[in-house]
Amino acid sequence: MSILYDERVDGALPKVDKAALLVELRQRLPDLDILHTQEDLKPYECDGLSAYRTTPMLVVLPERIEQVQQLLKLCHARGVPVVARGAGTGLSGGALPLEKGILLVMARFNQILEINREGRFARVQPGVRNLAISQAAAPFDLYYAPDPSSQIACSIGGNVAENAGGVHCLKYGLTVHNLLKVDILTVEGEFMTLGSDALDSPGFDLLALFTGSEGMLGIVTEVTVKLLPKPQVAKVLLAAFDSVEKAGRAVGDIIAAGIIPGGLEMMDNLAIRAAEDFIHAGYPVEAEAILLCELDGVEADVADDCERVREVLEKAGATEVRLARDEAERVKFWAGRKNAFPAVGRISPDYYCMDGTIPRRELPGVLRGIAELSEEYGLRVANVFHAGDGNMHPLILFDANVPGELERAEAIGGKILELCVKVGGSITGEHGVGREKINQMCAQFNSDEITLFHAVKAAFDPSGLLNPGKNIPTLHRCAEFGAMHVHHGQLPFPELERF
Amino acid sequence: MSHDFDASAALLEQVNHALNSATPLRIQGSGSKAHLGRATTGEVLDTRQHRGIVSYDPTELVLSARAGTPLAEIEAALEANNQMLPCEPSHLGDGATLGGMVATGLSGPRRPWAGSVRDQVLGTRVITGQGKLLRFGGEVMKNVAGYDLSRLMAGSFGCLGLLAEVSIKVLPKPRQVLSLRLEVDALHALNKLAEWGQQPLPISAASHDGAALHLRLEGGEGSVLAARQRLGGEEIDNGYWQQLREQRLPFFSASGTLWRLSLPANSGLLDVPGRQLIDWGGAQRWLKTDADGELIQRVTAKLGGHATCFAAGQAQPFQPLAAPLLRYQRQLKNQLDPQGIFNPGRMYAEV
Repeated sequence: MSILYDERVDGALPKVDKAALLVELRQRLPDLDILHTQEDLKPYECDGLSAYRTTPMLVVLPERIEQVQQLLKLCHARGVPVVARGAGTGLSGGALPLEKGILLVMARFNQILEINREGRFARVQPGVRNLAISQAAAPFDLYYAPDPSSQIACSIGGNVAENAGGVHCLKYGLTVHNLLKVDILTVEGEFMTLGSDALDSPGFDLLALFTGSEGMLGIVTEVTVKLLPKPQVAKVLLAAFDSVEKAGRAVGDIIAAGIIPGGLEMMDNLAIRAAEDFIHAGYPVEAEAILLCELDGVEADVADDCERVREVLEKAGATEVRLARDEAERVKFWAGRKNAFPAVGRISPDYYCMDGTIPRRELPGVLRGIAELSEEYGLRVANVFHAGDGNMHPLILFDANVPGELERAEAIGGKILELCVKVGGSITGEHGVGREKINQMCAQFNSDEITLFHAVKAAFDPSGLLNPGKNIPTLHRCAEFGAMHVHHGQLPFPELERF
Repeated sequence: MSHDFDASAALLEQVNHALNSATPLRIQGSGSKAHLGRATTGEVLDTRQHRGIVSYDPTELVLSARAGTPLAEIEAALEANNQMLPCEPSHLGDGATLGGMVATGLSGPRRPWAGSVRDQVLGTRVITGQGKLLRFGGEVMKNVAGYDLSRLMAGSFGCLGLLAEVSIKVLPKPRQVLSLRLEVDALHALNKLAEWGQQPLPISAASHDGAALHLRLEGGEGSVLAARQRLGGEEIDNGYWQQLREQRLPFFSASGTLWRLSLPANSGLLDVPGRQLIDWGGAQRWLKTDADGELIQRVTAKLGGHATCFAAGQAQPFQPLAAPLLRYQRQLKNQLDPQGIFNPGRMYAEV
């Protein structure tokens, strides 16, 4: 079932007269940049999930928060849907526009308002890039911990909307753990502050609720993030294994030894080979799996932990354990992992990146399941895995120019996510639901749970104008999605008994 | 775990009965934190029959337990595996339960460095105002599917639904723990803490009790020893932190009403009548005072923080909310608990 907005199952959208709206916007907000011609709108038709495109009705590029407020008031009065967008790097289609909606681009709000050294926080506008915060804090030996792989481009407003993660989540947490305060505008154009400069706030924790709410509850206008002192030293160990099971068990052994690595990543053979061909990181291409284990902190502890982890890895059956000799080699080890996606892009015309999470103990079974699905659908799958926190990124290799391959890639992707749910995991660890996983939400949550999500939405946006159709499916969509499974005459998970 | 019992069916029945008869419920566990928040009336719903650890796999760093499980039982299970609740929750009584920990969201001295109760909540099972037992979040570290209702439950004082089960993140205990006492005044302590906060030191608790600065160092042997040598002072018993967490230090038995002030860490010394104890490296101040509650809340708000009264029988124990915030909180309450049966008025008269 297509993931593009379908009024039949996703709900009717208000009919808006584009010409009249344009006139009124120009009248009420004369200095607001508005794009309305087909060729100007084209660049905004998708976010990082570029397989799906919709041309927005209008694009607005405000430069002052008051413009955003006026725009929201107007849209609220006229019943116009609004989709907010930051840098547009999201991988789940969270900023996918609507033909009947305005795309509100927050990227021009790119000012760092304050770096507070004593208070260890940064106050920034929503369009500030993730990495720019750490760069601005660097002179004080402070940094912002969450580091999604798009950190060079993605903006903090989007990070809040998606509750972005990265490779250091097990030790340093997600976006939600690193926020102090978020200022938002409600759908009615009213300012509201969630959280505070203190560590907690009175009343219900709306900061937690809004983080990861995918632009459905309000528009982020300012963000205050926590800054941490930079770790004194970071070391990386690379371990090779002749089976993914052994590598998976080694991850549990490290944690059982009482060690929480700063980063703990795993790659399978296909991913190792692709990365090595591309980056020449020195990876052992014969290995079935490698683990990269980064230990950071105070020098004396890190040296101790490196020894402990080496012992654990060797005991777990690693065929080889290498400690990066110096900073250059450490960066090289990471470069292979960080470029795994583009590396896979070199060996396949297209790839589709999944984002399921699982309890780590389920890894061998899930990897076996993915291998079987890969064979069944005739598509290769490379596995890259934030092993420390159970977040998998299977990359499905396909060629969009071969008729039917995109559909097959989508189908196997959906199966992989349902497999994650079945073993007690989640369909998305850090990329968000957006439109991409809207159908799989019906696998993770039952209709009562989805109804409660809609109730939460109704508390903040009863008319449903903020990012309609994202994050939470309608019950109608779930019914259709369920019906489709039955229609094909298959149980959703025929292969599951053996896990 | 001889008392393990799944009473979710009985709890569900009691909630549905309350919904059908429009009877408000007063949710309680052991009552260890009953003095917090506003007084509520209603039929008592006791969570303690619903207890037991449902799953705990130390290498997954996740523990799931029923809401009525005593915290002591959870801590003992973790201890046996050399792990801990990083947020160091306050018990405030012998029978304190997991449900009460999450509902009140009270974190201990390690909070600024290791995160709050809310931060460590991964998933919940909740009996809702629609009379359903639903599951949100899960048992994995990363999960952004749907709205984060589990973390919303933390600190909501049972006003949004009945917590039935909670999955929380746990961590290995540090290899080395050492506490220090440094004879410096409060102003000097706050300045030093601001400076140390910018450095990668293994500090995991910092408090000034009016007489001296108390620090806890946690980490590997190397870092703790190096910090101990650098920071000076005299070594003290680690028991100080439990006494602080449980409000058993002499400070807490002094006369006056107890307030908890949550402030930006860099707020400096606070000019309010009464005696103060600094916790959370400056971000939490305990106050014993006879001063008027409104005055305390006003002063705290001016500094960007908020004040909560820890004595029973207050009309307004929590800091009043800005008008739009209060309106949306009420709308949220109305959506999740349309009949208003869960602890009505426990936090604010309006929710």
